[in-house]
Amino acid sequence: MKELIVISGKGGTGKTSILAAFASLAGKKVLCDADVDAADLHLIMAPRILERHDFVSGHTAVIDSDKCDQCGLCRELCKWNAISEDFVVDPIGCEGCGVCFYFCPEKAIDFPLDTCGEWFLSDTRFGPMAHASLGIAEENSGKLVSLIRQQGKMLAEKNNMGLLLTDGPPGIGCPVIASLGGASAALIVAEPTVSGKHDMERVAELAAFFNVPTMVCVNKFDLNPEMGQAIESFAKEKNITVMGRIPFDPVFTRATVQGKTVIEFDPASEGSGAVKKIWEAVARHLGL
Amino acid sequence: MIISIASGKGGTGKTTIATNLAISLEGDVQLLDCDVEEPNDYLFIHPDIHEVRTITTPVPEVDMTKCSLCGKCQDICQFKAIVVMGKIVLPFPELCHSCGGCMRVCPENAITETDRELGVVEWGRKNGLEFIHGKLRVGEAMSPPLIRKVREFARPEALTIIDAPPGTSCPVIAAMKGADYVLLVTEPTPFGLHDLKLAVGAVKILGIPCGLIINRSDMGDDRVMEYANDQNIPILMEIPFDRKIAEAYSKGHMIVDVMPEWKAHFLKLHRQIEEAIS
Repeated sequence: MKELIVISGKGGTGKTSILAAFASLAGKKVLCDADVDAADLHLIMAPRILERHDFVSGHTAVIDSDKCDQCGLCRELCKWNAISEDFVVDPIGCEGCGVCFYFCPEKAIDFPLDTCGEWFLSDTRFGPMAHASLGIAEENSGKLVSLIRQQGKMLAEKNNMGLLLTDGPPGIGCPVIASLGGASAALIVAEPTVSGKHDMERVAELAAFFNVPTMVCVNKFDLNPEMGQAIESFAKEKNITVMGRIPFDPVFTRATVQGKTVIEFDPASEGSGAVKKIWEAVARHLGL
Repeated sequence: MIISIASGKGGTGKTTIATNLAISLEGDVQLLDCDVEEPNDYLFIHPDIHEVRTITTPVPEVDMTKCSLCGKCQDICQFKAIVVMGKIVLPFPELCHSCGGCMRVCPENAITETDRELGVVEWGRKNGLEFIHGKLRVGEAMSPPLIRKVREFARPEALTIIDAPPGTSCPVIAAMKGADYVLLVTEPTPFGLHDLKLAVGAVKILGIPCGLIINRSDMGDDRVMEYANDQNIPILMEIPFDRKIAEAYSKGHMIVDVMPEWKAHFLKLHRQIEEAIS
């Protein structure tokens, strides 16, 4: 089975719109939204949720004020200053390391498991979908990304489908690292801006670090053709395959507002034509 | 005073707002770029960097000549960052959260601290503006400790503008916690609205007053506007799509340089925030 992960470094370059368009174009596949922190793919896919599960991961310390004799050891040991002067744990500050729980001489600290999100297995008009939603201000996004990719793979195996299309998170930190490990290939959606180029270079370095074969396409190319070409030259130097260019086309926003992929909304548009060409090149590259 | 600029969704214009606001203001102003995974503000501000500090976090190192293989370090570690394998104890430094539990629990004092590099913090100036950002090492998973290091540069007497990372999980919280005001930047699309709701949720958990900037305000629909009115979130600025702004951004130019009339808008934005806080 092949897994294509779409990433970008910089946020808002068009990952989700392009992945949604791929969903319109690809044959049998499973969709996976690994941007669990701000998941948006479901807004286009309108999934019918078949299974809903709690995501339970990590712990938070809770002090029982009846048992606590305020010795202060927990406050001294907490590296996150998450325990107040009156011995109440700030659940947002608590890292879940358990040091206070372990060393409290009065055994006054409880350390319950956290439910920090939900994950779903769904059906969409384009096929099965695995997606998730991390609770606001929660941690463990990397673990949820790993879990949802695993669920996506299982869905593909169960349904005899050879392709997993995964929408990745922005940045280069923990959730992106969790998205890259073991993927067949990554497609970077770059935008031709100084920041788009800068961020694309950093995420390309990360993909190389994890030995994931990488491709790039430049979205909104005509906004700054010189910068677009600079991104393509950088890619060639680093053995990143250049898959094509997408023009700046408001049709992407209009399609999103209607809850449709750009291919469904206006297949004859310039934007749709460019994405189709890129999908064909990506599919060939993946050996589909 | 600390103003954090956040968004939920990426690519809505945080960098544009943070840099243009910071450069428009006079007096004792600091710009802290806390989007350490992808810091972009310096590409627009072009600060003279005076100091570069490598930031590390302590991780365990085991002296096997002292270790009795009791396994207490493995038991206390919540992050599977130290494991007993046969006759050796193997730390996985990249998984370590630096809580210090293993070092404290070890009865043989066999565990000492070594360093894992998180990235760098760079400090500099651009004319009157003080500039600080963090750059996460490529391959490093944890950004919140580096974000907290950048925030240590905040001076209470200054006006501190923080450019936060996208999303709503721990890195964003690290960049918003303790701020006096959060400026949320969104776009009027279903993605923008969905992620804005998450960002508002995070701001509410932290109990910080917030206001909204709608970027590319004419590319989408009215649902963001309706939501803001419904939630009583003031809309402080609307920036219509303008190819001139987009092209200037693509080259690393500031709006206030290409269209100087915008400086007045950013000064007004600051006044509105000051009034909202007082």
